Amino acid sequence: MFKRSAEHFSYEEIARLVEPGSSVLDLGCGNGELLQLLRDTRDAAVRGVEIEESMIRECLAKGISVFQGNLDEGLKEYGSGSYDYVILNETLQVVHEPVQIIREMVRVGRTAIVNFPNFGTLLNRLQLSIGGRMPVTKDLPLQWYNTPNIHFCTRRDFVQLCREMEIPIIAAVDIRHGRRISPGVANLLATECCFLLRGSSAEATRDAGGV
Amino acid sequence: MAPPDPLIVIPRDYFFGAENDGLALESGRELGPVTIRYETYGNLDQKRRNAVLLLHAFSGDAHAAGYHDPEETHPGWWDSMIGPGKAFDTDRYYVICSNVLGGCRGSTGPGSTDPHTGEPYGLTFPVVTMEDMVNAQHKLISHLGIDRLLAVAGGSMGGMQALQWSVSYPNDVAGVIVLASTARLSAQGIAFNAVGRNAIMSDPLWNGGDYYGSAPPDRGLSIARMIGHITYLSDGAMHERFGRRLQERADFGFDFHDQFEVESYLEHKGGTFVDRFDANTYIYLSKAIDYFDLCGKYGGLEAAFSNCSSKFLVVSFTSDWLYPSYQSKEIVVALMRRDRDVSYVEIDCPFGHDSFLLETERQGPMISSFLGTVYADVQTKR
Repeated sequence: MFKRSAEHFSYEEIARLVEPGSSVLDLGCGNGELLQLLRDTRDAAVRGVEIEESMIRECLAKGISVFQGNLDEGLKEYGSGSYDYVILNETLQVVHEPVQIIREMVRVGRTAIVNFPNFGTLLNRLQLSIGGRMPVTKDLPLQWYNTPNIHFCTRRDFVQLCREMEIPIIAAVDIRHGRRISPGVANLLATECCFLLRGSSAEATRDAGGV
Repeated sequence: MAPPDPLIVIPRDYFFGAENDGLALESGRELGPVTIRYETYGNLDQKRRNAVLLLHAFSGDAHAAGYHDPEETHPGWWDSMIGPGKAFDTDRYYVICSNVLGGCRGSTGPGSTDPHTGEPYGLTFPVVTMEDMVNAQHKLISHLGIDRLLAVAGGSMGGMQALQWSVSYPNDVAGVIVLASTARLSAQGIAFNAVGRNAIMSDPLWNGGDYYGSAPPDRGLSIARMIGHITYLSDGAMHERFGRRLQERADFGFDFHDQFEVESYLEHKGGTFVDRFDANTYIYLSKAIDYFDLCGKYGGLEAAFSNCSSKFLVVSFTSDWLYPSYQSKEIVVALMRRDRDVSYVEIDCPFGHDSFLLETERQGPMISSFLGTVYADVQTKR
């Protein structure tokens, strides 16, 4: 499996967004580590989608149910509002159709959690503007030609996309090298951003916000 | 020869239905008495919660693991998966495998003697279905003192039975493992079965199914097996294994004595098959597979699974063109829509439909993990 970024986003930060006893679908769940945490600490009913067989084997070893499939095929088999949370963890930047995935996430989930590396962070800007090269950092260690990341965005880009898609943002968590930072400086300084989005079928059900 | 210190197993027979308490079949007919041949591996625990029923495929039998005697050359058909420390870990689980109703390997089938006439049934044997087979297995399980199975598991026709178990006895099975199978046989599958049956029925020795006591229709049955065997392999597997090599000469002789290796292999497979299989059983079991259609029977697959409470593991193989992955996905999607607990894996493997028998290194750990999870669930729930 490609390492998408050097440090993974704190799973505790995501767990804090999830209400106990919820149902959770993790898209691109990898080895199931996050789902295991949510199951064990938040008593969540968890399910994963993953493309790689070796990762699926690890999920099953953890007792986590998983569907082998490609996210770009969409989530058409899942009913609207069928999960409390649909999570896209460190995966947005590798999918072919980010807009389609997000639209499907807010349809299937009463809420959605998306986190991604902020391409607009200071060091990236300096490498590109002064060095004239594509950024290669501790957080994004791969070269342009071998990275699986095909859809980078900045924090501000993502907020703008949510606005265009008319998806309400319930909460945001901005991280710089493992520490939470204030939203005011996040687009410039955050290395990782995480958003809790309201699902499109959320009105009819309980408010799953609560953060 | 068996390896040193082989697992020696003794086949057993379960007999029922001698006194007007036979099996009520899906066709409306009743069948009795019935013998079910079975084998067991490992031990039933005190709470009777560790029993796993294995369901064999079309040409399989109750002999899933170990050896019947130290002189036997080949172990049971799934020996690589069953035993201490293997996927079906006999240190942990009580593993049962029985020959299906309609079979020819110890269970009652068309080759058995009809007690009413004293003659072999032949085509007077009633048509049996997956549901009938599963009902017979359920009687066996009850007879063994088990009211709830930890799991049922099977590939191909065995997978159909596993699905039927989850539908017929939703409360009696905690885990369901379905390998290289389908919820309804495709037109392509029916077509191949029809050609196989035609090969048998065209053999003059078949004689309308009445050949017991005389020479059996070996030629027809071996051709049926050859056709079947082609569907169990894949283009890639055949190319890899045989290529275009000739069997006994380097160059073409430009006559009809030339034989390609693949021809010789099929002849061999067909030839050995007739020694252990009954032509009428071929006809009955292939018909049962043709009839299998959970969608048609229950008004859609989601409806079929409406009462299921089992946890599922569904596995397909990329090179299986007889039961392609999309058919496994149909099962998985219906279960997901019913919000049932299901995992799905598509193993990238070149061996065609037979992958579920041949590829054990990758499916083994997954099955082992799945069983472990179901086992833990069962221990905590009741």
